[in-house]
Formats: sequence, C-alpha cells, structure tokens
Amino acid sequence: MSATTTDAVISYDEVLERYDPVMGLEVHVELGTLTKMFCGCATEFGAEPNSQVCPVCLGLPGALPVVNEKAVESAIRIGLALNCEIAQWCRFARKNYFYPDMPKNFQTSQYDEPIAFEGFLEVDLDDGTTYRVEIERAHMEEDTGKSLHVGGSTGRIHGATHSLVDYNRAGIPLIEIVTKPLRGAGERAPEIARAYVAALRDLLKALDVSDVKMEQGSMRCDVNLSLMPKGTDALGTRSETKNVNSLRSVERAVRYEMCRHGAILDGGGRVVQETRHWHEDTGVTTSGREKSDADDYRYFPEPDLVPVAPTRETVEALRGTLPEPPAQRRKRLQSDWGFADLEMRDVINAGLLELIGETVEAGATPAGARKWWSGEIARRANAAAVDVSTYAAEHAITPAQVVELESLVTSGRLNDSMARQVLEGVLDGEGTPTTVADARGLQLVQDDSALEAAVDEVIAANADVAQKVRDGKVQAAGALIGQVMKAMKGQADAGKARELILAKLTP
Amino acid sequence: MTTDLTRASAADLADLLSRGETSSVEVTTALLDRTEAVDGDVHAYLHVDRDGALASARDVDERRGRGEDLHRLAGIPIAVKDVMATKGLPTTCGSKILEGWIPPYDATVVSRLKHAGMPILGKTNMDEFAMGSSTEHSAYGPTRNPWDLDRIPGGSGGGSSAVVASFQAPLAIGTDTGGSIRQPAAVTGTVGTKPTYGGVSRYGLVALASSLDQAGPCTRTVLDAALLHEVIGGHDPMDSTSIDAPVPAVVEAARRADVSGMRIGIVRELTGEGFQPGVRARFDESVQHLVDAGAEVVEVSCPSFTAALAAYYLILPSEASSNLAKFDAMRFGLRVLPEGVDDPSAEQVMAATRDAGFGDEVKRRIILGTYALSSGYYDAYYGSAQKVRRLIADDFTRAFETADVLVSPTAPTTAFRFGDKLDDPMAMYLNDIATIPANLAGVPGMSVPSGLADEDGLPAGFQILAPAAKDERLYAVGAALEQRLLSSWGGPLLDRAPELSTAGTTTKGA
Repeated sequence: MSATTTDAVISYDEVLERYDPVMGLEVHVELGTLTKMFCGCATEFGAEPNSQVCPVCLGLPGALPVVNEKAVESAIRIGLALNCEIAQWCRFARKNYFYPDMPKNFQTSQYDEPIAFEGFLEVDLDDGTTYRVEIERAHMEEDTGKSLHVGGSTGRIHGATHSLVDYNRAGIPLIEIVTKPLRGAGERAPEIARAYVAALRDLLKALDVSDVKMEQGSMRCDVNLSLMPKGTDALGTRSETKNVNSLRSVERAVRYEMCRHGAILDGGGRVVQETRHWHEDTGVTTSGREKSDADDYRYFPEPDLVPVAPTRETVEALRGTLPEPPAQRRKRLQSDWGFADLEMRDVINAGLLELIGETVEAGATPAGARKWWSGEIARRANAAAVDVSTYAAEHAITPAQVVELESLVTSGRLNDSMARQVLEGVLDGEGTPTTVADARGLQLVQDDSALEAAVDEVIAANADVAQKVRDGKVQAAGALIGQVMKAMKGQADAGKARELILAKLTP
Repeated sequence: MTTDLTRASAADLADLLSRGETSSVEVTTALLDRTEAVDGDVHAYLHVDRDGALASARDVDERRGRGEDLHRLAGIPIAVKDVMATKGLPTTCGSKILEGWIPPYDATVVSRLKHAGMPILGKTNMDEFAMGSSTEHSAYGPTRNPWDLDRIPGGSGGGSSAVVASFQAPLAIGTDTGGSIRQPAAVTGTVGTKPTYGGVSRYGLVALASSLDQAGPCTRTVLDAALLHEVIGGHDPMDSTSIDAPVPAVVEAARRADVSGMRIGIVRELTGEGFQPGVRARFDESVQHLVDAGAEVVEVSCPSFTAALAAYYLILPSEASSNLAKFDAMRFGLRVLPEGVDDPSAEQVMAATRDAGFGDEVKRRIILGTYALSSGYYDAYYGSAQKVRRLIADDFTRAFETADVLVSPTAPTTAFRFGDKLDDPMAMYLNDIATIPANLAGVPGMSVPSGLADEDGLPAGFQILAPAAKDERLYAVGAALEQRLLSSWGGPLLDRAPELSTAGTTTKGA
C-alpha cells in the first residue's frame, strides 16, 4: 500500500533551526511464553487461523482469565533489566472499547498500577557516547486478534467487502514499555529513537523473553512526537505514529514527523492530535484515527483477577537471573578481544557479536573469527539480503566450522587463499571444511624437495631477476616467489618458498 | 412405602436410591412428568432436557447396578439456572441476544454436577442477565410464583426457586449478585444459600458483576442445600478468585443443627421501616425459636448499610457494562443487520444487535455503568462506591466481633404482583436492601422460610449472614430454625401451598 496524500514538510535543518523535538516511544513486545497471558492456548506464530483458541481467549460468555505466572516473571525481569522499581502490589485493569478483533471488547491491561516503573536504559550512540533514556513504566497486557480486510485494494478496512478475524494472537502476553518524554535530543532525536529500540531489542533478546522479531510484529514501536518552538518550554500537540516495524523506519518516522510538524507550525497551523500510519515504501505518515481527549477507555480494576503481589524474595531471585547488560557485555568483549572501536562497531552493526562470541568460545582467535564472519560470509549474506545469522543457519555454517577452518590454516595445511576456497565449498553445501579440503584436494605441499626443485627451475629461468636479488634487491624476490607459486599451482607455502629463494641467492 | 418422588428431599431420595428402593430413571421421569403437568403455568424452565437427563439417569443406574462407588447425590436430578454455561444445552441468560447459543464448554459447577452423576433436568428462567428481582425482565416471559400464579417468584433466579417450590426438582443451582438466590427463596418458601465469595467457582457463570456474583444451592431443606453446596464448592484453578481451601463443613453443621451458645446479631438497619408487618412478625418469631434453641441475641449496628444500595447500583452496572460488551454479534449469539443500511459496518451490526437483543433493564444498567466509569465521573461514582464497599465490609467485621451470625428478614415484603414495580426501578431495587450488603462484603448468606405473613398468607424469609469462609454457621442456624419451625407447623411450609393445576394445558412447551 502506498500513501495517496502527501503532507507538506520542511527540511530537517529548518526544523532544527526553529524547534526542539520532544518524543516518547511506546514499544510493545510479545513475550515468548509457551501459552497465552490468561489461558492455556499455544502461542506459536503462523499457525492455522483460529486453531489456537479456547473459551477464554475467544471471550465466550462465562469464561474467566487466569494469569500466566511465566509472563509475570518475564515482566518483572524486563522491569529489573530496565532498572525499574517493581510494584509490590498491582492490579490488572480493563480498557474498554469496541473492536471486532478484541474478543471481550475490553483489553485486560494495566492502568495506573504498572508492574514496573521509573527506570532507565543507557543507549550507545554511533559516536561512542551514551544517552540515558528514562523509562516511565512497563506494564502487562494481552494482544488482540488480527483482522484481515478482504476485497479492497489496500488491505485496509476502507473499501473492503468483508473482514476475517484470526483470534490466534488474541491473548498473547504483551509488555508495553513506555519512555518518559525525551527532550533535548535535538538533531539526534531520530538516531536516539533508533538506538533506543535497538538497545531494547538486544536487551530483550539477552533476557530470552521474546524473539523480538520486528518484521513479524513480536516487537512493535509507536512514536509520539511533538515540537516545541525554540526558547519556549510549552509542549506542542503530539502525533502518535503506530506500528513502526523496523529500526530504520523508527529513525525515518521520527525525522519525517519532525519535518511535517515543522511545516504545520511554520504555516501557523495546529498539529492535530491523532494516530498516524507509517508507510515503509514512501517514507511518509498518513492520518489515521483522530485521537482526542474525548477517547475514554473507562478503565477500572479487573474484578476477575486477583492482584499481582510479588514478594521481595521473588523479585531478588529474578534479579539473580538477569544476564549481563548488553552494553556492559559489549565493552567487556571488546577489551577481551582487543578490537579497535571501529572494528567493534562494525561487528555490532553487522549483527556478528553473538556469532563471533560463540566462535571465540569454540576455540578460534578473535581476529580469526572476525575475519571469517565479517569477510566472505557477511559479503554473501549481504548479497542474499539476509542477516548473517539467518544466512549462516540456511547455509549450515557454524562457529565450530569457522574454528575448524582457522585451525586448517594455523596447522599449515591451508594458506589463506585455499581457506577461502574451502569456505566457499562449505557455503555451497559441500560439507565440513576438512571434507571440502579433501574433496577439492587442497593441501599445501609439505614435500620440500618438490618446492626446492621448483625454486631451482624458477631461478634458472629468471637469471636476470635472480641476479638483482644477489645484488641486494631483496624485494625483487617477490617476482620469483610468484613464479614458484604458479609452478606449484598455488599449493605451496609462500613463506617457505621465500626462505628457500633467499637462502640460495644471498650469502 | 409409597413416597411421592417429586416431593421427597434430595437427602431422602439419596437414601431410597442407595437402598435400591427407587432408580434415578424413576425419579427423573417423575420430575419430568411433573414439569409437563405444571410448568405450562409456572414457567420455571426455559429449556428442558428430557433425553439428556434420562440418559444420565440410566447411566447412573447402570453404574449403581454394577456396584460402583457413587457420589451420595448420584442419580438425583437437578435444574440449573440459565446463566451457567452447559455444553450442548442452550444457555440464554434470559436474553434474546443469546438465543440459539449452545456453549462448547461446561461451567465448573456444571461439570461438578455431572461428575457427581446428577442428571441435569433443564435450564431455569431468570431476569435477563440476572438483572431484576421478579423474572419480569426475562426476554422469554416471567416465571409465576407457585404460591400465587399472579405473583412474582422473586429474581433474578425466580426459575430456580419456583422449580424447587413446585416440586419439579429437589435441587437447583442459582446465582446471587445482590440477592438473586435468597430473595426468590424467601418469596417461594424455599431455602437458598449464597456461599462466601470465591467459595464456588464462577468459571462458566455468565458474569453480571464479577466481584459480586456467586453461585449456590436452591433447595427445599437446609440439609439438601448443604449437600449441594458440598458438591459445587471448593477451589477451581480456572477461577482466579476462587478460594484455595476445603469447603467448610456445611453438611455436618446442617446435621448437628446446634446453636447453643451462639450469638445471633440482629442488624438494626435491616429491621426497621419498610418491612411488611407479617414479615417482621415471622422474623421475631424465628429469633425467639433460636433463643429457645440456646442462642443468645445481641443487637448490632451497621451504619454503612444504608448506603449499600447506592454503592451496589454503581458497582454492579459498572462491571456489567464491561462484562456485557462481549455481546457484539461477532462470535456467537444473535446477529441483527441494521434496517435500511446497505453494506453495514461491524459497528453498525453491533449497535443493531445490541439494540434488538438487550431488554430495557439491561440497557438501563449498561448506560448507568458506562456513565459511572467515564473519565471525570469515575472518582465521584465508581470510586466513592468502592469506598462505601470498604465501609460495609468494616461494619461486618465489627459486627462479627460481637455476634457469630447476623440475621434479618430476607426481603422487606412477600411476593408482589406482576407489574407492581415494573415501572418503578427504584421500588424494585429496594427489594434487595437486606441481601445486597453480603454481596458487597463477600460474606455468605442464607434464606430459610420463616412462615406465612398474616396479611397475605404468603411466605416470608429469614436471612442468616456469617463471616467469610464460615458458611457452616449458616447451616447450623438454618437447620436449628428449620427443625423448630417444622415442628410448630407440623410439616413443611410448602405443604400449605395451593395445589397447582396439573392439566398441563397452558402456553409454553419445554
């Protein structure tokens, strides 16, 4: 679908001249629990529509919810990892509104008593500095079903002839993480937004509470944005851009909304408080539902559930299960591995941190692990337009195989160019590095007499070059080494060839 | 010995069955025949499941024949209020909006009945979604009081009380949100218990007000109520608000019927103005019987009870407005397309269905509740009501420091005539003035017949209230009172009810 109307925008530089952006980010994360938030139904993604439903998540008359304890644990761990306080006693609340894909016509959520509140997340920016994003709250709720609007050209409800509803997603546990309004970010607002969502994704992955797949909707970001005229501290009217579902889109959506708001305010207009839809293809937002203060969800405490009251012992026990914070872990690994800042950043941006970590753990040198993963494998993944770990999984290349490859080089069996050929073979599905090397007959010649004979032949055939070396021009030996390697069909150790040549031609 | 199987108590039927003097099929058939004969007039049932009931009766008889170890109440038929989900049996809640809905699952209460081997005779009539005190708000027409067919049987569970009072079933399941078990029991001369909130699972009970609803027994004797209470009570992991503790020893208490040394608290606020003289007289008499049985009487004051009705009519509609939102024509039940609209939207279908499917009282309460929860009004209405609720619970706590149980008349009047209060919701609501505080505080309550009011010859009820989780006290007091009243009457009160016509002629079939 693409946006049909285009709003006026001003340039980013113009926005920054006259306004300060204020943004708030709301991230919804589907937890990776085996069962739903309030019933025992499975949560598997992509199952046959309406195959993972029961009276509870279909909202049938008489059915009652029961809280998934695992989901509460995950929520508490997320809260702790975000440096939040954990409520000693909190309740669920009903958020009442009518929508066909919401079975009960209320969402069981949390309102003024979130399970976690008042936290922060340190976010690493591209220039190596850190920005602290203040977290207002993280609360538990259930997902809705999914509507599929059929018969229209856009897939949206407008123009559709009928709609199908899949309730498999209804009742999947969600955690909504809400930042405080982020002020003073200035020109870095879009970057900070992206970096925050990326940091949050890494954190949730490290916590192992969600598969955080933005493309599948298991992590979704809403961007609230408003502009303040420079020199004032009056908050402007905000727009809420829904379901921005990639890191790059988060950055683009913030930037776009800043430019759009700027144009409205420059023209003396008023920003409408509304929901906006983000269009990935055209990079613009369009107006959705108008949202006003009249929106009234009539929240009240959910009478079908008892309060959640984790004991301090439970909370502390969960704190003990937290992994090392990703930012801290990255710093530690960089120092352990001896990578330069730029090298480390490339590794992180290419999504190679885990693969390299596992490879080093399996016995490779950090430099070796980095060389192989960020070289040929990353190049191929890039060409296939998938991330490296997906590519690796699809092509059966594992950290253990990279270790094997490196050891074939260090043991002297292969040189670098042979190792690259072996890797190609592995990626093409020919087997493990050793199998590929055997099958392709790749093996450095270990027999010195063959090498010596080749050296003698090359010296005899290139008497003029040999003379230059004898005269002290040692760098001329390179040409001879090349000839020797050619004669040996590449299967010689170039270092050894050099040694032999120099031994024969220099005193 | 010739026993009228339709008039026998469940406890007596259990003895007959265990001695092999009758069979479940025989009992079930007798009751179904009785229904065919009298329910055209009474209209206690919305749906009778003759085939299903007889099939489970046969099954129990066979199992008994094989010498299987059966539950004490195995083979004893029961009627279930139409607010409980029953797998494969219609469940309408007395509403058009659920017409034709067949639940794919059983309420926990229903599965416990089935597990005990109790044949389910059918589903009983009720005010729509349990909103009312007369069954006049049933979308399928009212139930008539067996004592006087021109009068209401109480509500919302008028069907469950009438079915028991008219000898169509020895036992029935009711639900009580503000008195819907106890007030019908009072006006039909039967026994009804609202257990402690959380004592009986609400899973499968179509919610009116989640924090107030409680299912319980409707019977003709206190012992029968205890026996049924034991079957349906106890922890259910499917209901988060269910109490994780054993069922109180209600059967033992009903058998012992011992009130010696017990302190009976008369609630000053529930005995004064507004109570019919004949109701008052039977109440005073009952208190005297308890004193004769060895109890001590104290007077207690619960000042916040005067605000109970107001708080109740904010909390109930608020919760109901949300609970009833799911009736939207999308997944089950009635679907009505708006007239004169081509290509209606989902919202228009929802609106048209709710307009056609809900009755006036339901709409009135949805509107009230929606308003009370609205932003800007929440604190003043829902918030204040919750504070009153707290005060009422505190009143109970204090009262139970000086009394072991509290007592009052169950309802201020005997059964009123159809239409008397239909146009005056406030007068209708006032009928629950004595029963509502127990729901707000979650404490258990029971109504037992106290006799007939002199002025109209209609039954009056005696209400007993106990602290939460002390349900056994209701049964001790109820059984002691029942014993003494039975001997003073020389037989069950229901023996004095007029004979119903058994012509089986009138309007509705099963």
